[in-house]
Amino acid sequence: MLKEVSQRMKPETQTALLEEVLKSDWGGGKSPFAVSWGKLMMWIFILSDAFTFGGLLVGYGSLRISSERWPDPSQVFALHLFGRDMPLLLIAIMTFILVSSSGWMALAVHAAYERDRKRTVTYLLLTCLFGLLFLSCQAYEWSKLIMEGLRPWYAPEHPPFYGVRGFGASFFTLTGFHGLHVLSGVIYLLVIALRVAKGVYDRKGSYEAVEIAGLYWHFVDLVWVFIFTFFYLF
Amino acid sequence: MAQVERKHPPAKVYLTVWFWLFVLSFIAYFIDLMHLPFLLSAVLFTCVALMKAGLIAAYFMHLRFEKLNLIYAVLAPLILLVALVAGVLPDALSFFLHQPR
Repeated sequence: MLKEVSQRMKPETQTALLEEVLKSDWGGGKSPFAVSWGKLMMWIFILSDAFTFGGLLVGYGSLRISSERWPDPSQVFALHLFGRDMPLLLIAIMTFILVSSSGWMALAVHAAYERDRKRTVTYLLLTCLFGLLFLSCQAYEWSKLIMEGLRPWYAPEHPPFYGVRGFGASFFTLTGFHGLHVLSGVIYLLVIALRVAKGVYDRKGSYEAVEIAGLYWHFVDLVWVFIFTFFYLF
Repeated sequence: MAQVERKHPPAKVYLTVWFWLFVLSFIAYFIDLMHLPFLLSAVLFTCVALMKAGLIAAYFMHLRFEKLNLIYAVLAPLILLVALVAGVLPDALSFFLHQPR
């Protein structure tokens, strides 16, 4: 039936029909997502990573609600300053550091849109610096808790841990996974900054690599929003 | 390769979003210091976190400026995360309700 119809059509009409089909989003004539393959791959990676962290957070949540008691995060992560305990101060500082780094990254992407090589490199390096600051805070937090006796497989009996099973495992797995993402991000951004400085993207005529790296970095910040909320604040 | 030309927001937009991310972080921290009842603070924390995530994804990750096809492809699978939480939540709620106080 369709064949008969198309045979009766004039060749011009056939071409017009084909063009009409190709013009649609999914007709094969154009990119349905209107992004380059690099950016699309980064989005696919981010989606898969979202499920990694989603699974980790849900796992932590079910561990926490099924245990009789849970260490109070504002006591565990208190910072002893000026002779008094400041609850969650270190985590608040870490959050502000990571939000700041995300802001620098946004400015780097903006500078990359304008093909401003110098400013792109400067902002990328600032992003890396804040990422490293975040990692130093995390290293401090980890070593503090390890010195207090917390292990991924064991929590000491004394307060604020009360020997709660699963606390150490959740803490080290969640923050460890996230910290590893930050570390990889810093290395990734350093490589990109180096390539921007060498003028690789000027020769290529596209600074999109900076934008794609930015997607990754902002995602790492986004994950921290949820770890901060569900692990430390709750 | 065809270069896809898209409009990008001015720097002011990034700075505004940055400012609000700071404000929301402060708000979350202060809610924690206020020691509200657990359920209330849990709802508030979740709202603030979702607002921050929305700002980051929409503006910093440019999702708002992408084609609708991409936005759907990225956001639709996340519904499965809601399903994941929904699978665990009933058990948690029953535990909370039957917990001796």
